[in-house]
Amino acid sequence: MMLGMLLLSTGGWAGQAQYGEAVEGSSKASELDACVAPTPFMRRNHFELILHQRDITVHQGIRKTDNSLAGCIDCHANKDAHGKFVPVTEENQFCAGCHEYTGVTLDCFSCHSSTPNKGGN
Amino acid sequence: MSVAGKAAAAAAIAPGVFLHTMGNAAPRAEAVTDDVRYGMLIDTSKCADGCSDCVSACDQENGMDLLIKPQGASDEDWARQKPRWIRTVKVQDNLTGKVTSLPMLCQHCEHPPCVDVCPTGASFRRADGLVLVDRHTCIGCRYCMMACPYKARSFIHENVQLQRTAVPRGKGCVESCTFCVHRLDHGGSTTACQDACTHDAIVFGDLKDPDSRISKALAEHSSTQLRADLKLNTGVRYRGI
Repeated sequence: MMLGMLLLSTGGWAGQAQYGEAVEGSSKASELDACVAPTPFMRRNHFELILHQRDITVHQGIRKTDNSLAGCIDCHANKDAHGKFVPVTEENQFCAGCHEYTGVTLDCFSCHSSTPNKGGN
Repeated sequence: MSVAGKAAAAAAIAPGVFLHTMGNAAPRAEAVTDDVRYGMLIDTSKCADGCSDCVSACDQENGMDLLIKPQGASDEDWARQKPRWIRTVKVQDNLTGKVTSLPMLCQHCEHPPCVDVCPTGASFRRADGLVLVDRHTCIGCRYCMMACPYKARSFIHENVQLQRTAVPRGKGCVESCTFCVHRLDHGGSTTACQDACTHDAIVFGDLKDPDSRISKALAEHSSTQLRADLKLNTGVRYRGI
């Protein structure tokens, strides 16, 4: 995994911006330099991280937020003009924007909240 | 600072006197172990007839209050099918006629029948004694609902529009009381129903800690397990039945 990250970071991504338009907006993420791992790595592997966190959270109670879905949403959800969170599943928002473009169907949000809200992670 | 360090800094105010830290504690970073077994003691003699504070607190904590009746469903269907993790029941001793009202919830058994029958392993018992559903693997077959002697589980029949972050919920999965696992994993030590009970009828804590309030109460007074004949070693015990 580390090797993959190194290859990516020294390959075609060198010299390019660390993130694209997907994180531009009013989300916490847009003010940060990097995600929990380098952006090229996150683009390709975010689901592996979430899947791993999912199992250890449900079965072992480990609730660190670095790789949690709740952490993703907390950081990447934009706010509208009234300061209200926009669901990440709406058109052109952080999750849906890419998944629609790449034709990925996922069902995280049939159960999980698509906006940050009160009540921990 | 580690969780233990934080707790130590906040806790010792005098020898033998400790403050319980709640909320805002660091999320659990280590796997739960069987050094702890969570349990609950419900004193039905303190439980007031007609009171449903524990039920409404649970609804609010676990997002049932966000649910709306599906289109086309009758009020009766919705009342019967909406998820209920805790409910109040009345039991009558047919011999004496004595009526007791008590809250009924998942009994967090040591040998849970719901886990026995689950074909996918979604129904499981966590190391610290919580009986939970991994909804990522639940296929909604509802065998567990048939197996539970306490009728403690609910099924989500329709799409859910709103959830609390801490309590995911979606169509096609079974769910039941989690002992407010999201609180426990963030350093909390109480459940919503316990906090809401103004009659002090609910005590929650670690059955394996001899100094916990619940262990002391269980050692001091006699208590019952519901359907003790099934030898499930329930984590929820009752007094006054």
